This record gives sequence, C-alpha cells and structure tokens, in this order.
Amino acid sequence: MNKFTLGPKKLEAVDFSVYYSEFQALRQVSIEIPARNVTALIGPSGCGKSTFLRSINRMNDLVAGVRTEGELFLDGTEIFDEKVDPVALRKRVGMVFQKPNPFPMSVYENVAYGPRIHGLKSRRRLGEIVERSLAQAALWDEVKDRLHQSALRLSGGQQQRLCIARLLAVEPEILLMDEPCSALDPISTGKIEELVLDLAHDYTIIIVTHNMQQAARVSQVLGFFLLGRLVEYGLTEQVMTNPIQRETEDYLTGRFG
Amino acid sequence: MARTHFDQKLKRLEEQLLRMGTQVSETLHLAVDSLARQDLDLARKIIEADDHIDALDLKLEEDCLRLLALQQPLAKDLRIITTVLKAATDLERVADQAANIAEITLRIGEEPLIKPLIDIPYMGVEVEEMIHFALEALVERDAEKARQICLQDELIDEQYENLLLELMEYIQDGGDRKRMFQIMNLLFTARFLERVGDHAVNIGERVIYLVEGVREKY
Repeated sequence: MNKFTLGPKKLEAVDFSVYYSEFQALRQVSIEIPARNVTALIGPSGCGKSTFLRSINRMNDLVAGVRTEGELFLDGTEIFDEKVDPVALRKRVGMVFQKPNPFPMSVYENVAYGPRIHGLKSRRRLGEIVERSLAQAALWDEVKDRLHQSALRLSGGQQQRLCIARLLAVEPEILLMDEPCSALDPISTGKIEELVLDLAHDYTIIIVTHNMQQAARVSQVLGFFLLGRLVEYGLTEQVMTNPIQRETEDYLTGRFG
Repeated sequence: MARTHFDQKLKRLEEQLLRMGTQVSETLHLAVDSLARQDLDLARKIIEADDHIDALDLKLEEDCLRLLALQQPLAKDLRIITTVLKAATDLERVADQAANIAEITLRIGEEPLIKPLIDIPYMGVEVEEMIHFALEALVERDAEKARQICLQDELIDEQYENLLLELMEYIQDGGDRKRMFQIMNLLFTARFLERVGDHAVNIGERVIYLVEGVREKY
C-alpha cells in the first residue's frame, strides 16, 4: 500500500475481508483514507468497491450471511466493535446512492427528518438547518420557494442534491457516494461534481464510480479494486499518469480482459 | 480486450513522427552539405522547404490534441501522446537550425571558404545520428538507448568548444571584414549544430519519461 501525506487519516482498514456466506467479496484490504479529501474507488463490476463502501457505514449488516474479518477503524475506533451503535455510526457516515431516494414528503420534511429523529424539536432551529443544508448542497436557490412541495417533483439531479442535503443536515463527517451521477444527465453530473469538490473542504468523501474521467476530475486519491483486492492506491494524478501495477494500467487504458 | 482502433491511431501517430524525423534529418544533412560545397541553389531549396516541415509539426499537434480530447488517454497512452507532441516541437526546431545554416550558406555566398570544412560536417553527421537514435529509442521504448544519447551530447559540446577556440585563433590572426564575417558565421553554424544535439537530448529525456514514468534532466 502506498503511503503519502495528505493530512490525517480518517478511516483505516487493516486486512479487512468481507464474506457473503461462502463468497469472499473483499480480500484483506488495507487502506488509509485521508480526512477532508475525495477518495475515488474504481474497478470493474463485482470488484468489491461497493462492498467496501457499504462496510464503512455497516449497511452490509443488513445482508443475510455477511461476515467480516480484519479491522476497519474510524478515527481509531473499530467500526465493527459490538459497542458501536450502527445508527449513531450512520449519522457520522452518510451515504448517497446511484438512484436518488428522496422520501415521499416535502422538500422541507426530507431535510428536517434526520435532525428530528435525533431529537431536535425547535422549529426555528430546524428551519435554519434546512436552509443551511440545502445551501450547502447547492439546491437552496432552486427550491426555496417550494419547500413544501413534494420532493418527488424535483428533477433527478435536484433529487440527488436533496439526498445530499439530507445527509448534511445531521452533520456527518464522512460522505459515501455510490455512483451518485450514473443516473443523471451531464449537466446535473457537473453540478454534483462541483458540489463534491466544495464539500471536500469540510467532509471526507469516498466516491465509487465507473466513470474514470469523473474519478480524475473530482478525486485527490484513487483506489483500484479488482476481484476483491485493492490492487493499487495512491494520488490520483500519479496513478492516472504512471500506475505501478500492470492491472491498473490495463484497466485505465481500457485494455482489460 | 484491445483498443484496436485507438492502437492503430497511436501507431500512425508514431509513424508520422518518424517520417517527420527522416525529413528533418535529411534537411539538416543537405544544409551542412550546401555550406561545405557552397551550393546556393540547394540552400535556397532548404529554406523554402522549412514551411513544409512546419506544416508537419502542426498536423502532428492537431492529431495529438484530437486523440487527447476524444480518447481520454491515461497512463502510458497519455505519455505516448505527450511525448510525440513534444518530440515534434524539437524536430521542428532542428529544421529551423537547418534553415539557419542554409541562410549562412547564402550569406557567405561565393566568397571562398577560409578553409575546407571538416569539423563542421563531422559535427553535422554526429548530431544527425543522435536524432536518429532518439527516434529509434522512442519506437523501441528503449530508455537505455535514450540515456546513451544524453551522454553523446557531452562529446558534441566538447567539439563545439574546440571549434570555438580554433575559430578564435583565426580571429586573432586578423584579416578583412569579409574574413571576419565568414568566421562569425561558421561559429554560428557550429552553435546551431550544438543546439541540434540539445534537441536530440530533449527527445531522449521524453523517451525515458515515456518508458519509466520519471523525468530525468541531462
């Protein structure tokens, strides 16, 4: 595993493996993810990158027959320790999915949902949080006059930014994004990429993407997965101009298979 | 899965560069020849042909840019294209040096040479060879060959220094304006050839970067 200095490490995996019953989806992955940067994970379908992502906020717990080995640390604390509350973890580690999934409620209610669940009752405070989160997600101007309309009436790109606003409302530390732009048109994609670059100042972002040019545009750090292994990991500019591993070179240049 | 179409385009790009290299080499050879034999017609032809080489450079640049924009190359593909792009510039500059030498031929004109040229043509052959080697190293992806060129350049620099000293002696011996004019121009010629050596080294450095991914300066 390459080491380089990009600030303090937020997340660390040490020989981390994930099994779905008999199938080993991740093989002894060791990785250090730096705080407040964008780390992109790339690799062909089925390589384990999404499995890795879903382990960080323990969404994999919801899959029957799942088993992990090795360790995964968030700020030095083992994520899979039995003392860790997955719900509290998911407040710190938010996730955005390929298909935007706004709740069937108003825009306002979508964003206020999280803080409410965590006990906030003050309407004034909720209002502030909703506005701040929507502004951070670069959506406020577009929805400020229709906060109480159904979120399902927003466009795909707006819905995705709403999902991001929803996460930001509970003040997470890490944002996980699993192909957040795959279902979006190029302009919406561009807006989300700009958003990611802005958010990286304050949040640690890990993005799984099939789009190598997107990985090149938004990330500072890049990990290449293949068949459950982390094959190469380093600064994006380095890996994309001069990868060390043959497999990485083949994947990047499209000469795979 | 190979990217056959893209690979073919890359291959054609390199072939274009090699053809440009051959033309530039030949132009340089003829330029030095025109000076040694005081062939003014040849010199004029060389100066006219420089536009053609500029056009080759421009075409290569356009083709490289197109591939960069349309194919999103990464890793070695990216380094190949940027290497070709930069090598084309170096070759174009070599052609400029050849044209400069041809202009000196015209400037000296029919005035008899102060001595038959031996060292200058010899230097010319050496730097021509360096250009050939550099392009061979590129095609063969041979970083060691590229390094050899960089070492060879040290000899060229030495030859230039020796020529400089020799020509200075001619200056000290005195003589009329025409003689001084000629000596100065022969000095410029040697300088142009020394620059060609530097361009060969540049290409060599790019080849090392292409093959090994590290930049070494010589």
